[in-house]
Amino acid sequence: MTDAGPITTLSARQQNWYRFSHNPTALIGTAIVILAVLAAILAPLITPYPEHVGAVVNFRARHTPPSAEFWFGTDNVGRDIFSRCIFGLRVSLTLAAVVLIIAVPVGTTLGLVAGYFGGWTETIIMRITDVALAIPPLVMALAVAAVLTPSLLNAMLAISALWWTWHARLVYSLTRQIRALEYVEAAETLGASKLHILFREILPNCLGPIVVKTSLDAGFVILLGAALSFLGLGIQPPTPDLGTMVADGAQFLPEHWWESLMPGTVILILALGFNLLGDGLRDLFDVSEQ
Amino acid sequence: MSAPVLELRGLSKAFRVRHGFMGRETREIRAVNDVSLTIGRGEVYGLAGESGSGKSTIARMIMGLTEPTAGTILIDGAPVAHAGQRPVQMVFQNPGASLNPRRTVAQSITVPLAVQGVGAADSAARVAELLEMVELPRHFAGRYPHELSGGQKQRVAIARALATTPKLLILDEPTSALDVSVQAKVMDLLADLGRDLGLTYLFISHDLSLMRNFADRVGILYLGRIVETGTADQVFAAPSHAYSRLLIASVPVMSEDEARARPTIPLIDGEIPTAEALVAHEAKQLSQGSKA
Repeated sequence: MTDAGPITTLSARQQNWYRFSHNPTALIGTAIVILAVLAAILAPLITPYPEHVGAVVNFRARHTPPSAEFWFGTDNVGRDIFSRCIFGLRVSLTLAAVVLIIAVPVGTTLGLVAGYFGGWTETIIMRITDVALAIPPLVMALAVAAVLTPSLLNAMLAISALWWTWHARLVYSLTRQIRALEYVEAAETLGASKLHILFREILPNCLGPIVVKTSLDAGFVILLGAALSFLGLGIQPPTPDLGTMVADGAQFLPEHWWESLMPGTVILILALGFNLLGDGLRDLFDVSEQ
Repeated sequence: MSAPVLELRGLSKAFRVRHGFMGRETREIRAVNDVSLTIGRGEVYGLAGESGSGKSTIARMIMGLTEPTAGTILIDGAPVAHAGQRPVQMVFQNPGASLNPRRTVAQSITVPLAVQGVGAADSAARVAELLEMVELPRHFAGRYPHELSGGQKQRVAIARALATTPKLLILDEPTSALDVSVQAKVMDLLADLGRDLGLTYLFISHDLSLMRNFADRVGILYLGRIVETGTADQVFAAPSHAYSRLLIASVPVMSEDEARARPTIPLIDGEIPTAEALVAHEAKQLSQGSKA
């Protein structure tokens, strides 16, 4: 009943930080994500040719291979690909952030409600989820772009309209497990409100898997966004976008390989960063939830 | 005598179980069968029985977690509504499961206080007071359940149950998940709290030696029925029902006095009743009952 005495023990937070900081995968992922976010925010300050973002034409320097002057080379109108890639991060990250800011809370709330209340509520929510899960997000985005106009906003809405289903499923199954536990019953007998039980008792115990899934999702959404703009359905030129740059460069393959390869590599590294971060977080939560 | 804190009148709970081809036939399992009991103010009522005898189902019905099939529950002489908050609290069997792992001790204890509309400042003071009551240091308020031992967790659960000053506290096997050495301390604490605060307990356990020391009155539950009831001394000295005799005779004794007080099984002529025979007999009665 007394204190642990002179032996100092690490708090849960310190233990988690120790494990996280000794996990190379997690650290590389975190470094990539932080660097990408900083680069996107500071793009006008750190890029060598910020003016190349717009409809600038510099025909004398067109199709220049990578050099000290143009790190990633230049495109078919002579714009610096490195500068455009850094600005392109903004589009990718905005897409991922907006989709997840819409999809994660919506999916989580619906999953909690369906899992906790059961009955008709569960049937209605989960059947809608099943139907939405059957539609591939890329097809949905193509359809929305075809009906409305191809734009970043429409792409974001189309992906968000389907992406919540994954989180609804995840949180639903977690809630089903947690609601049967005694601490939820204890809260019920103590007279806690449904809102309290859902968001204070159950949700905190779902956060680990939600965070992991969100991080992994960010990578997938970025790839999906790149695929959409590759098909010309994302943000419209001249705003630099990684997927669009890959598509534009593809017509000059293989002799001007850098025009596709460089933005493609940036997409790869960005998606990889979020995946590594997600995996690292999963390792962390797997241990601490035992 | 004033109105009893808790009165159960003919409380029953039947669960439907599907069996047979494609689950078409259903059979009723009567988990709790026509249970009536009263618990007076400041009394410790011990409800004993083996697992599956319906002890926990009774507790859940009193708490409002399970709907009774028949019968009434009266608290302070008034029947309780089917839904809604009851002035009853419960200490669950496993403190590892009954405390939310992601909430601190203070956050867990604050839940019932917030329900009652106690402000943040008052509630912090009340948490400190409750921790003192269950003999835990104040700085435990900021700890998470995994930083506490089993006994400490159960003390937190007791503090949380006491936060609303309940009329009745149900103790559902409060020590069965704890080490024997810790069990005694937790039981002592519960006895002290009961005396100091004038609490009324419904103590549910399969541990008869614990019940003998702790309960004022005892009810022995067997296949959903109360087969024997009386003061602890009466029941332990002279059990009248064959099942309670069997149960009590199997309790290990610690002293010669207890050994003398222990009933011998062959008090009736003929064969010694065995649990199997009784179960078979009761099962036959049940199946006849459900066909009728």
